[in-house]
Amino acid sequence: MTETRTLPTRYVTHPGELKTSSGRSLRTDEMIINMGPQHPSTHGVLRLEVVLDGEIVVDVIPHIGYLHRCFEKHAEHMTNYQQVIPYCDRMDYLSSMNNDWAYALAVERMMKIEVPPRVETIRVIMAELQRIASHLIAVGTYGIDMGAFTPFLWAFRDRERILDLFEMTCGARLLYNYIWIGGLSHDLPPGFVDKAKAFCTYFKPNIKELNDLLSYNEIFVKRTANVGVLPADVGINYGVSGPTLRGSGVNWDLRRDDPYGIYDKFEWEVQVGKGERGTLGDCWDRYIVRVREMEESVKIIEQALAVLPEGNVQAAIPKRIRPDSAEIYVRTETARGELGFYVVSDGTASPYRLKARAPAFVNLSVLPEISRGCMLADLVAIVGSVDIVLGEVDR
Amino acid sequence: MGLLDQRFENSNVLVTSLEGLLNWARLSSLWQMQFGLACCAIEMMAASASNFDMMRFGVIPRATPRQTDVMIVSGTVTLKMASRIKRLYDQMAEPRYVISMGSCSNCGGPYWEHGYHVLKGVDRVIPVDVYVPGCPPRPEALLEGLMKLQEKVRKESLVKKTA
Repeated sequence: MTETRTLPTRYVTHPGELKTSSGRSLRTDEMIINMGPQHPSTHGVLRLEVVLDGEIVVDVIPHIGYLHRCFEKHAEHMTNYQQVIPYCDRMDYLSSMNNDWAYALAVERMMKIEVPPRVETIRVIMAELQRIASHLIAVGTYGIDMGAFTPFLWAFRDRERILDLFEMTCGARLLYNYIWIGGLSHDLPPGFVDKAKAFCTYFKPNIKELNDLLSYNEIFVKRTANVGVLPADVGINYGVSGPTLRGSGVNWDLRRDDPYGIYDKFEWEVQVGKGERGTLGDCWDRYIVRVREMEESVKIIEQALAVLPEGNVQAAIPKRIRPDSAEIYVRTETARGELGFYVVSDGTASPYRLKARAPAFVNLSVLPEISRGCMLADLVAIVGSVDIVLGEVDR
Repeated sequence: MGLLDQRFENSNVLVTSLEGLLNWARLSSLWQMQFGLACCAIEMMAASASNFDMMRFGVIPRATPRQTDVMIVSGTVTLKMASRIKRLYDQMAEPRYVISMGSCSNCGGPYWEHGYHVLKGVDRVIPVDVYVPGCPPRPEALLEGLMKLQEKVRKESLVKKTA
């Protein structure tokens, strides 16, 4: 069934120009309201200062810093390079494995450490499992924002299965400290491969279930299609990355375009938005990219499990890690986009300077641009579709 | 079926103290403020989602402080957020309870030494009833903390205020 959609993407505001039927002009005013820091739809402690003309958003000013936990200061004050890893965990707490990997990769490239093939494969498996877990939360909570509670419960049901896998590997459910410099903290426990394979077979039909329940649900599509359109050039100019950028049709994924680990050995596709249900780059496109990326992640995990080599899980590295005076920028693709670590070493045992380029922070910066002119209720849809994690925005 | 099902043959009169009745009602419907701060909020969400189902304790998330009985401070309290937490706490109706979830809100956690922007324990701004340790605590630990709070509510007195 095809139907033409005439839903306006942007409303025009004329403050001060409202007229009664007799032609008398009424003075109208803009109103400023605060959304957050305690608001169920801001996904954390974000405060949005919203300028409203009636119900139409004139401007949005994000106020951040409610979760500034001094990550960079901690990185400089640790006794050694390894101690920074737990703080990387707590930056983007929904995809800790990816954060650990990015930091470990930066130090490894600095020290020119080669990690064993088994480590590379396990890292890919863990990172992709984590990506699924993170996208499940993004999708589930997005459902809540749109008024659907069941997808949230379904997403958490599947996510708990992934957390069980992580727990049997390293003992933690959320913050793992698993990927270490030059290797891993533990080898895979016995039975992990079978359980991971069982998870893949269990999870694949659930994506279809989720699609039937939420993705192609007419109410959900009406709330998200044609809302918060992010044109590709605006996204690129703002430095947006990850599913938020791919939702605008930009075919850019660091796993393929700036390969790290052993991603180039696997068969998978970069998913981009196509504007199927509305305009290209709307909230629904950003959402569906996440759902389809979960399918791709399952593909990668299955291939990686099939080729998992035997071997050591720790490379031969010096006991005290002291890179020579150097600086390096390493970027990886986390569930939210390009996570980069800029490490400056002065030859001592801890980083002289560690700057994190956080994808959520950069993606948040585009929010005022894409939400001007939308309705207030759509602002919730837009914030949810950008999928920010405040721990990473404020660091 | 209910707890009292099949327990009485003829009469259906229950004798209890007013305190007992009020405390029973309070502890069975501790509505929670839907309010997450940091990493622990994800575990709090997990606790209220499918596998752990916090709602069976009568804990229903409400989005406004005026409808809530218990505030679960789930995560790092920064200096910027502390004043907002105080204000949210003041807006809650009495009797109100606070569960401090995780090391960060207990004492500053991993950020106690160099965290120049981290409050070293939420108990510096609001009174805390139950501390749940862990970084982050497992959902089971949060449920245990909740049951501890229920025990505390059960012992409350109308006349004498228990600390």
